[in-house]
Amino acid sequence: MEKENKQCNEKDLFLEKLFQEYLPEKDNLIQMLNEIQEHYGYVPMHVQKELSEYLKIPMAEIYGVVTFYSRFSLEPQGKYKISVCLGTACFVKGSQKIMDRLTDRLKIEPGQTTKDGLFTIEQTRCVGACGLAPVFTVNGEVYGKASVQKLDQVLDELINKEKQSS
Amino acid sequence: MEENMVTLTIDGETVKAKKGTTILQAAKQAGIDIPTLCFLKDINEVGDCRMCIVEVEGRRGFATSCIQTVEEGMVVHTHTPNVLEARRTVLDLIISNHAKDCLTCTRSGNCELQTLATKFNVLHVEYPGEMTKHKVDDKSPALVRDFNKCILCRRCVATCKNVQGIGAIDCINRGFESCISTVGDHSLNDVNCTFCGQCIEACPTGALHEKESIKEVWARLKDPNTYVVAQTAPSIRVALGEEFGMDIGTNVEGKMITALKRLGFDKVFDTNTGADFTIMEEANEFVERFKNNDELPMMTSCCPGWVRYIEENYPELLSHLSSCKSPHQMFGALIKSYYAKKENIDPSKIYVVSIMPCVAKKFEAIRPEMQNEGLYDVDGVITTRELSRMIKQANIEFTKLEDSKFDDPMGEATGAGAIFGTTGGVMEAALRTAQDILTGEDLEKIDFEAVRGGKGIKKATVNIAGKEIKVVAASGLKNARKILEEIKSGKADYQFVEIMACPGGCIMGGGQPIKSAKIRSEVDVRKLRANSLYTIDEKSTIRKSHENPVLKKIYKDYLGNPGGELAHKLLHTHYEKREKYNFET
Amino acid sequence: MKTLEEIHEIRENKRRELDLRVNTKADTREKHILVCHGTGCTSSKSPEILENFRRILKEKNIENVRVIKTGCFGLCAKGPIVIIRPEDTFYAMVTPEDCEEIIQTHIVEGKRVERLLCKDIDGKIVNSLDELNFYKKQKRIALKNCGVINPEDIDEYIAFDGYKALERVLDVMSPEEVIEVIKKSGLRGRGGAGFPTGKKWELTRASEGKQKYVVCNADEGDPGAFMDRSILEGDPHAVLEAMTIAGYSIGANKGYIYVRAEYPIAVKRLDIAIKQARDYGLLGKNIFNSGFDFDIEIRLGAGAFVCGEETALLESIEGKRGQPRVKPPYPAQAGLWGKPTLINNVETYANIAQIILKGADWYSSIGTEKSKGTKVFALGGNVNNIGLVEVPMGTTLREIVYDIGGGIPNGRKFKAAQTGGPSGGCIPKEHLDTPIDYESLKEIGSMMGSGGLIVMDDTKCMVSLAKFYLEFTVSESCGKCTPCRIGTKRMLEILEKLCNGEGEEIDIYRLEALAKNIQKASICGLGQSAPNPVLSTLNYFREEFMEHAIDKACRTAECKALAKIGIDEEKCKGCGLCQKHCPVNAIKGEGREKRVIDQDLCIKCGTCIATCPFHAIN
Repeated sequence: MEKENKQCNEKDLFLEKLFQEYLPEKDNLIQMLNEIQEHYGYVPMHVQKELSEYLKIPMAEIYGVVTFYSRFSLEPQGKYKISVCLGTACFVKGSQKIMDRLTDRLKIEPGQTTKDGLFTIEQTRCVGACGLAPVFTVNGEVYGKASVQKLDQVLDELINKEKQSS
Repeated sequence: MEENMVTLTIDGETVKAKKGTTILQAAKQAGIDIPTLCFLKDINEVGDCRMCIVEVEGRRGFATSCIQTVEEGMVVHTHTPNVLEARRTVLDLIISNHAKDCLTCTRSGNCELQTLATKFNVLHVEYPGEMTKHKVDDKSPALVRDFNKCILCRRCVATCKNVQGIGAIDCINRGFESCISTVGDHSLNDVNCTFCGQCIEACPTGALHEKESIKEVWARLKDPNTYVVAQTAPSIRVALGEEFGMDIGTNVEGKMITALKRLGFDKVFDTNTGADFTIMEEANEFVERFKNNDELPMMTSCCPGWVRYIEENYPELLSHLSSCKSPHQMFGALIKSYYAKKENIDPSKIYVVSIMPCVAKKFEAIRPEMQNEGLYDVDGVITTRELSRMIKQANIEFTKLEDSKFDDPMGEATGAGAIFGTTGGVMEAALRTAQDILTGEDLEKIDFEAVRGGKGIKKATVNIAGKEIKVVAASGLKNARKILEEIKSGKADYQFVEIMACPGGCIMGGGQPIKSAKIRSEVDVRKLRANSLYTIDEKSTIRKSHENPVLKKIYKDYLGNPGGELAHKLLHTHYEKREKYNFET
Repeated sequence: MKTLEEIHEIRENKRRELDLRVNTKADTREKHILVCHGTGCTSSKSPEILENFRRILKEKNIENVRVIKTGCFGLCAKGPIVIIRPEDTFYAMVTPEDCEEIIQTHIVEGKRVERLLCKDIDGKIVNSLDELNFYKKQKRIALKNCGVINPEDIDEYIAFDGYKALERVLDVMSPEEVIEVIKKSGLRGRGGAGFPTGKKWELTRASEGKQKYVVCNADEGDPGAFMDRSILEGDPHAVLEAMTIAGYSIGANKGYIYVRAEYPIAVKRLDIAIKQARDYGLLGKNIFNSGFDFDIEIRLGAGAFVCGEETALLESIEGKRGQPRVKPPYPAQAGLWGKPTLINNVETYANIAQIILKGADWYSSIGTEKSKGTKVFALGGNVNNIGLVEVPMGTTLREIVYDIGGGIPNGRKFKAAQTGGPSGGCIPKEHLDTPIDYESLKEIGSMMGSGGLIVMDDTKCMVSLAKFYLEFTVSESCGKCTPCRIGTKRMLEILEKLCNGEGEEIDIYRLEALAKNIQKASICGLGQSAPNPVLSTLNYFREEFMEHAIDKACRTAECKALAKIGIDEEKCKGCGLCQKHCPVNAIKGEGREKRVIDQDLCIKCGTCIATCPFHAIN
């Protein structure tokens, strides 16, 4: 309970700081949403409501912006965010197979998070490491020259690590 | 003058048009029609649907005729085989993702998509494929949203956001998954929607419509133990005829009454009389407030969309709202009290049906405050459109009907009551009564031209009994916001404010006959309907509410003084702050 | 704030100090260890390599050696790359563990670490950068400073003539003169469409309005393209300087850089660069005492490809959904908040300062008649030297793929090259000798695009490639106009049918008709060009579409539903490698026998095709 309160206060402080940093001008919306996404890992509804009050933009419009840009998510993200690059360079080198394997193993689709909150799958377009194609990333760390085997190995390691810690 | 004109060629015709004119408009001037879907004059000019594309010589790709403007020497072709093929493809694509259940759609016969499909003789779905599926939102008492029929023209979004300044709906998601929805896809009932219903008027298809109540009304009409009373708002009579092919703005009061009788209503009363009561109460309330400089400006409260708006957005200004109920609520309360007593009818057996130009009235009627002795003032609200449907269902040939008169004893109304239906009308009617009260005279100058007309905001200063009264009449909620902000910031010192949620007032309400974008771009619908109301006023023998004999009698026999104890109990109400967004975040 | 004199002083001193970066015979006892910090190398641990170098040097008390973080060298396939100057030694695929050895052997003992030296495709050891075939045919203008300077140090930029062009412009040139030079240079927009840059500047200048804006489009979104990112990461000041020059020329005092949030390194370096430029007085009020004010703000994109379209980008800067506007009016007439706005992309800006300094004639002497200068390409796919290349316009595709790119790996055959990303088209081998310029590429059904160049070998199915691009377009369509929103989805559905063996011949005609109407009727460039990958593959590889539709066959087995994998008896040597790798034991045969596939068991995963050393399986 205490922990929750603390978290709540921290969030408020974050918003307070954000509102100090940005003037209540409409064109700041996307910049602020970027910071919110970064801070919370998603764009919570209550934050959208506060933004709506602050920027004097209807919630539906903010929601429209949040659902337009793929960087913003409405749900909390998994502890491990696995992104498979489906840029052309990686695609040509077979990254779709890695994606297929991943969705098959975790039983979720790109953009979704596993029920235990551990994994989120994302597809990205070109992380710029085309020299290492195909690549996938786990929380931003790049695994280059990837294969289904390599993915399995990384997944197994993460799952085992989680099993041990729990 | 000449330098502001350009000369161009459209389909071989030489056309002169003002600079800044769109190709669509210039073509129209030349008598050439270009099909549109997303275009709604002055409201949604974005070029999204791609139906209005035309060829312009020398230009790569098609031009978007609804927004791109004419240029000197431009050569336009509006229906080359290329253009027609592309238009057909666009239409095929829209149809491929549209619920094709026309037989069970409220807009069948008055659907802009259907009209185009008929023109192109679409006989099969050329590009069948996945369709976006959505739940129908029918939680609100006023509106139903069925996205499966939406073609993403965004006329509703532009209306809600830009005309009304609300933004309850917007485009969400991206690409094929794009749809028009609310925040979090919640019901309109739970977001900042005011139920003004302007989105319905803007919608080219059946994606938005009123929550229909005629089933319940039919059931009551069938029930011999229910005494069903109809009351009709001022603006119904100048619009209902349109649903039967009559000219826009035709006054069909007499036929309307006959039709209602034929449908089986026990009594047909005139809400205009209710409006006269509202003026009596409101003018007296204003005079009191004005004398005591109490909570000025006073704001009108007869528009339920506006009331919901201020409750949600400016609760700190609620004390400025007149405490008067709206005309049909007052009238309902009187029918179930005064009239029931007089006619010796058990009020619980009376079923009052208000025929309104408005969908927000459906919400207003079920507000818990709108009760007396455990009975709602009004039991059912149907729109002009719904009434026309009942008439059609009963197979009544409306245009051939004889005229009838409203029933006594609550059928007599003044010209002041009639003009309630247009922006500025409530103000004008109230001023007629207020000036007589303040001066104690029967003044002859009763036309207040300054508050007439179609402008969104009409300010005036009137001189009554040597005192200057600053008034403003605004219609459209975006204009309402402007006035409220002026008041909040102390920039304005109005004494009396009239607000109507719908631009133009009730004659343009969300329950009125829907006019296609084409008609709306060619005809000033508001003006035609408003003129008809002003004609009624002009021709009325009594044009001041306080001179209505029915009113005088009821005050004398039953209510006592305006603003008195019984009047307060029956005819006044209160307001409270409302959350704009009613869902858990 | 620095005075003009102070800037000159920095330029002179720093240039002397950095001579070893560009001169192998530099007279110095210093050595610079350059560690590539482009995104590719960064993701294979180049920051750790940099740290290790610094730590070891400190531990060993070695002086006169500096470790420098640089932008991309271009040859990403060999990353992480370390180059030691002035001797120009090129170490490839360096790991953090190699640092100790490099310091000990190279720096302390003065010998090269042979095993880490970069080898060319032919296996020859490369002594210096210029020896690599990869670099021989390149000409670096936009990438001039990438891999040479530390992008986080403004002094290094100034040392290599940085902000000299701005000084000249503000000192002696009128806005009209600047525009005239740009026009004469023949520079065209590098974002894809190739509109003449000088003309764009002129139009924006001519537009009425007190408030105008300069925008840099850094929302590079083509999958497989990373030219702009490399420039921002390697030479951010070049963009700032050019935007300031543009501001002066069109009469704007405010600039925005719209950059993808997915490019964190680029954003960080831009941020640093802007701060440094402001500190030096190169951004802000009264630049170089000229009375001209200009400042730049960064705006982050949030993951929408369509925002690379200029009007969608403007909407996004305004804080809205990135939905394009109908043109005309063009941004030059009514752009950001309705004000005249100049939009150029990163690579375009990267050329500006050098055009000013070296002159329009110098620039227009490079390239072809209608396409001047150079173009940067991100070379990727089935090609040996994956990386970033900058070539003069007019270079042929063959030169890029074979001479610079080192050809197709694994002994496979070239099938097609794709330029212009999801807006472009496929170029088959019969057009390999097409010179790369705006007009020629358009003529053969593709487009320059922003510079993605993906090479495909003969294992790629062209129908599924078209499907891949359509998937991209469908997921990136903004949803504003009907043809793109619904039309691309329907095209994708038809392609899916074909790939699943459910298509018919008539579907190909429907696909074509739909594609052509989407091209004509869509609002923006994304929709208008979305059908290009389909139309160009249909044009050059129609027989493959027909095979899918009529024979229900996919010759590459990429379309699993259609694949019939067979072993060519003549080519099979009976090595059994395929058998060993088959996950479902569908391959029969023993010893040196020729192998056969049991079609009932085969799941068409394609593993055998990839493993066969004799290309006997198809």
